[in-house]
Amino acid sequence: MDYLLTEEQKMIKDLAHKIAEEKIRPVAAKYDISEEYPWEVLKVMAESDMFGLFVPQEYGGFATSVFNLCLATEEFSRACGGIAVCYAASALGTFPIVLFGTVEQKKKYLPALASGKKVAAFAITEPEAGSDASAIKTTAKKVGDHYILNGLKHFITNGGDAETYVVIAMTDKNKGARGASAFIVEKGTPGFGFGKKEDKFGIRASSTRELIFTDCKIPAENLLAKEGMGFIVTMRTFDMSRPGVAAQALGIAQGALELAVKYVHERVQFGKPISSFQGIQWMLADMATEVEAARGLVYATARMVDAGVKDVAKESAMAKMYASDVAMKVTVDALQLFGGYGYMKDYPIEKYVRDAKITQIYEGTNQVQRGIIALKLIKEMVK
Amino acid sequence: MHIIVCIKQVPETTEVRINPETNTLIREGVKSIINPFDMYAIEEAIRLKERFGGKVSVLTMGPPQADSALREAISLGADEGYLVCDRAFAGSDTWATSYTLAGAIKKLGEFDLIICGKQASDGDTAQVGPGISTHLNIPQVTYVKKIEEATDKIMRVERMMEEGFEIIQTSLPALLTVVKEINEPRIPSLRGLMRAKSAKITTLTQKELRLDPQQIGLCGSPTQVVKIFTPTPRVGGQILKGEISDITKQLVELIKDEVN
Repeated sequence: MDYLLTEEQKMIKDLAHKIAEEKIRPVAAKYDISEEYPWEVLKVMAESDMFGLFVPQEYGGFATSVFNLCLATEEFSRACGGIAVCYAASALGTFPIVLFGTVEQKKKYLPALASGKKVAAFAITEPEAGSDASAIKTTAKKVGDHYILNGLKHFITNGGDAETYVVIAMTDKNKGARGASAFIVEKGTPGFGFGKKEDKFGIRASSTRELIFTDCKIPAENLLAKEGMGFIVTMRTFDMSRPGVAAQALGIAQGALELAVKYVHERVQFGKPISSFQGIQWMLADMATEVEAARGLVYATARMVDAGVKDVAKESAMAKMYASDVAMKVTVDALQLFGGYGYMKDYPIEKYVRDAKITQIYEGTNQVQRGIIALKLIKEMVK
Repeated sequence: MHIIVCIKQVPETTEVRINPETNTLIREGVKSIINPFDMYAIEEAIRLKERFGGKVSVLTMGPPQADSALREAISLGADEGYLVCDRAFAGSDTWATSYTLAGAIKKLGEFDLIICGKQASDGDTAQVGPGISTHLNIPQVTYVKKIEEATDKIMRVERMMEEGFEIIQTSLPALLTVVKEINEPRIPSLRGLMRAKSAKITTLTQKELRLDPQQIGLCGSPTQVVKIFTPTPRVGGQILKGEISDITKQLVELIKDEVN
């Protein structure tokens, strides 16, 4: 389908495609096995200016564009969902600074993130606080011109490898969700350490670690926005980043679909390519239609975000939920089309199933997304 | 350091189809790319620029659409693009091409180094690079796989041989042709692509170059392409068995039949 991309958008998509085919696909299996952080690929992305797509021009980027970020993430994910998320998670860690940072904070942190010299991460999740983000226990206590952070974050994408972290901590436990605040914490700050690196089902090229804060002293000027704004920072950040997760899911689905179409055309059974069988054709047709529908939703939402539409919570949730459900279904069907070979690790398709699964879970489970959508519908109705 | 890279736009396929009537390449429906060996030449020039400063000029001879090859080189980090383009240059063989490119290089002014790919993937002659250096009367080192040392006066390079390599030192200006072992070409940057889009490409025609009309284009080309064809695959031979004396007789008869 023609999405009438501008010349600049086509340029970004083509460049991301080239990086994906030449630099990501050949190493996807290697990083899936080794679970090492794919620095060599991130270096190529950085040199190609890809990290500039989510940073304003005045801080060394190309203007923050969720749509451009989606184009790049989709192309990277076609080749490897794990490597793509290392990139997209840096956008997630950068957005709060773009959205809420003071001029000083932006000047200090954004140029290095725009050039890809440093990678960012966003940290809200804790062992007891997943979907229920209000249950976070990490605290930040103001002492003079500093905050002292204590607590544990876990499942943090880019954890340990990122240099710049945006961390949500409670500044006032008595205020519940309104007692949370967002802080910029740099790797290497005394009292800030890393715990266990997770051994994951999929997206294994990306790192997922615990962040441990033990009397970690950070300057008061590292507070993002104001005290008590932590959840607003988080929600606004997720509104911008969810289309990116949706684009990751979309790319994984597209990548699996392409592999499946190629495979059924080559695989001969009963003397014919299996693509000549109607049972196979109907599966392909459904898969392709669902991928295209997801793409339409993701692109439309990303364009809304970039156009500055104020409340995109419902659309962002729809895009993330639908694209990730499609990714799960399409990758499972793609594996089915590969038959017994698809179940074997010698073929690339089983990795797509593993990589797809997380997109239904992180940045708000799809059950949480459905909650957001339903709540918005009901609110709109009673208005 | 001023480095000139000579590149060629070629069809993206190793199975080139040929028009049997005109004996020329069928270009329709085939995507054009920069000759893969030239990508290493561009990369090496940009690396040298990054080390020593200066500029990289990219030069190509071809039809107007070769403009896109020059823009691609600029997106990778080259500074200037020059397109040698004129009907008068059409039909050039390697002699006329290297004469014409050498003429264009003289027009570009002072330079320290010329880098070419070892050969083009369509013609496979490996003659144009050495031809340019001959026309310009500067040293040439072909099949370079590594630049060991470089200053503004000399360059010491490793030259790939069938077995092992030679180390050659040359004064500058000189011409190198490079092999794929020399580097890994980079992927363009978004900024580079944007710069390339709006970059000015200078077209050089016979009017500007004023080359000897007897040495350019078809009439300046000593090579005449009489016929181009794909050799038919050889059919399996016949194996004679038996006593040597019998086989020899049989063989003689077979040769006689063949001759008659």
